[in-house]
Amino acid sequence: MISPTPLLQARDVTKQYGRVTVLDRCQLDVAAGEVHALLGANGAGKSTFVRILSGLVSPTAAELSLAGNFYAPRTKREAEEAGIQIVQQELNLIPTLSVAENLMLTRLPATGGILNRKALDKQARIALDRFGLEDIPLHVPAGSLGVGRQQMVEIAGALDRECRLLILDEPTAALSAGESEALFQQIEKLKQRGIGIVYISHRLEEISRMADRATVLRDGHYVGTYKVADLTSEDMVRLMSGDETPAHRPDQRKSRSQSAVALRVKNVSCGMVRDVSFEVQAGEKLGIAGLVGAGRTELLRAIFGADRADSGTVQIQDRPARLFSHPAEAVAAGLAMLTEDRKQNGLLLSQSIRANSTLASLWKRFSRAGLLLQGQERKAASEQCERMQTRCTSVEQLVGTLSGGNQQKVAVAKWLIRDADVFLLDEPTRGIDVAARRRIHELIDTLADAGKGILLVSSDVEELLETCDRIAVMSNGQLIKTFTPEEWSRDAIMDAAFAGYMNRRSS
Amino acid sequence: MTRRALRETAIQYAGLTAVLLLLVAVFSSQSENFFQHSTLVSIANQIPDLTFLAVGMTLVLVVGGIDLSVGSLLALSSAVLGYFMVDCEWSLWAALPLCLLTGAVCGLFNGLISVGFRIPSFIVTLGMLEMARGATKVVTDSQTKYIGSAVETFGEPLAGIMLSPAFLLAFCTVLLGQFLLTQTVFGRYCVAIGTNVEAVRMSGIKAAPYSIAVFAISGLMCGLAGLAQTSRLSSADPNAAIGIELSAIAACVIGGTSLMGGRGNVISSFFGVLIIAVLQTGLAQLGVSDANKQIITGGVIVVAVILDALRGRWGKSE
Repeated sequence: MISPTPLLQARDVTKQYGRVTVLDRCQLDVAAGEVHALLGANGAGKSTFVRILSGLVSPTAAELSLAGNFYAPRTKREAEEAGIQIVQQELNLIPTLSVAENLMLTRLPATGGILNRKALDKQARIALDRFGLEDIPLHVPAGSLGVGRQQMVEIAGALDRECRLLILDEPTAALSAGESEALFQQIEKLKQRGIGIVYISHRLEEISRMADRATVLRDGHYVGTYKVADLTSEDMVRLMSGDETPAHRPDQRKSRSQSAVALRVKNVSCGMVRDVSFEVQAGEKLGIAGLVGAGRTELLRAIFGADRADSGTVQIQDRPARLFSHPAEAVAAGLAMLTEDRKQNGLLLSQSIRANSTLASLWKRFSRAGLLLQGQERKAASEQCERMQTRCTSVEQLVGTLSGGNQQKVAVAKWLIRDADVFLLDEPTRGIDVAARRRIHELIDTLADAGKGILLVSSDVEELLETCDRIAVMSNGQLIKTFTPEEWSRDAIMDAAFAGYMNRRSS
Repeated sequence: MTRRALRETAIQYAGLTAVLLLLVAVFSSQSENFFQHSTLVSIANQIPDLTFLAVGMTLVLVVGGIDLSVGSLLALSSAVLGYFMVDCEWSLWAALPLCLLTGAVCGLFNGLISVGFRIPSFIVTLGMLEMARGATKVVTDSQTKYIGSAVETFGEPLAGIMLSPAFLLAFCTVLLGQFLLTQTVFGRYCVAIGTNVEAVRMSGIKAAPYSIAVFAISGLMCGLAGLAQTSRLSSADPNAAIGIELSAIAACVIGGTSLMGGRGNVISSFFGVLIIAVLQTGLAQLGVSDANKQIITGGVIVVAVILDALRGRWGKSE
């Protein structure tokens, strides 16, 4: 089945964002009629790699060839014209347009600008039927279909265009078992038609079943390309995590056998998060590891009252156990949460550093009878800027004009000024430079030393191994295992992170 | 205020002051009658109604909403005042609380519905625009209620300073509104809500009461505007103030308040009111027809928004 000349050949693919290298001289060969899995942990660079192949991201350096011809797509359109189609993790259909209109969106049949509905329906029907989707109606809004079926429509749309290489980035994340099965059958057919497929998935049993070969990336580096038939799931995990000996933190952790409970979470369920229980001691740093989509952010949001949990209780220190229905209640009870997406729901980008730093503490510290004490605000904000070495012209500078790392420092400052008993930190160092990262780690240590409970979510296992006292691992919405430093290793954590996906899904 | 703050304030209003002075200069050069005491006094005594509305509208725009019902609420408040003073022969002081309450309660209703059901305030206040206008006609029986001297004193210039109590109250309201917006926790929350309501929520702040209060304040301003207009016209006219919501929005936008929320300044909105009033009066004195007046006023609004958009872009590239 696999032809000798590769369909796609990628060499020396490198991508740098500023001084950060996310892909370093990576390579990939895909033969016609081959399913080629791209494996790697979070942040290994898989998504960046395929986005470069499909013209969505321009590489810092790359040598690409498609069927022996030089290939360097500058836009998604150019990639599509060359025959490379990508179906990304997030859905790209326009929910209010009909299925048919979505399928043909970039090439709506029209005469003189007037839509030819007959031709539209005919072409759309062919596209769907070819993919075995005879039962999907053409004229309903795409948004009214289930997520899984929308994904199928997208794949059908991608295949209807000139397609020689199809890239599927986590295609089954939103699919039910039945829908996944249908997808696998289609992939089998595509193989027989000689289409090359790049397949990304966390679900290793899918890789074992579908893929011919696998290329493994780790931290932006190329690890190797292997025949999948020769690999067990355990091998794959080991390749992704690296064979290093368990990382140990240099300093000795203080024993905290005497300390009190800062946060007790009992049987919390919320959407995909199922029945999670754990405790954080005062002064303890508990890490939460897991793959993207394992439910870590959802868990934090449920604890913080940002989403309404289905069941369970949250207890802070020895106060009554309850569930919070609004973050205001959680903050009043002594919780603070640094959000994962600081631009979306952490910061007021068009407002000053001062206004952002004091936002959570206006009634508590910076007002008298409802009147703002702006001098005090300025003083507190400047103190935090100094303490964290935030690079800014003054505290009146707008947060949107700061660099990512400095923005994050302002987001942290907001909660330091407010003060809390338990800090929920969701990816506190994502996308920020090394110096800012070190500064934030020092702050986390200071908070823990002051007896605060810390819950730290990070996709960077190394960061968790370095900073945390214990590490809990979530997989597919469940808390699989909690590791102490004596037990943990990158391998063990990765094994647990994949554990929820190894068995057949219940959904 | 520190010296730096003073300087910043001067820079902030320099542009609007320049536009205003330019308009005055142009009209003064074109018409002998314009730059006269009587003209300026007449402008000052015409604008209280629009000024009240612009104060409320600025706050509503800052939280990211819009209030289209202000014209109708003004008319309804005025009608309530007329009904009690004419039909029930109450005194002004007895009827006034009901007039103000009418505006505030309707505004509160706007806020409760739009925040409680998460419906865009555009739609809710559009509905209120119709309902309140209908209610006005019910209250007045579609007749203009002539009240007369009992209500006129509020709009008549005081001896000596030539300004009416209505103008003075409106001016104080502007200062109070600016104080509320810039010096209080309430105002800071309003700006934050209009900037990013999700970030406000995740900071542990319940935004709803503040947003609702802003609509109630806008309603209260409609009540005050209703009083101002009734005293100027000596009567409650059920067809009064149709379309004034657009002038109020225009005044805010000319002053640099963002329709997207998160940015606004009550004093700047007052400058917007002045610019609109000077333009109207000046054009009228030049004998420009109503039709052309409309065209020019509309053009000025568009130019103001373009200038503001450019300012925003320059501000970003800094």
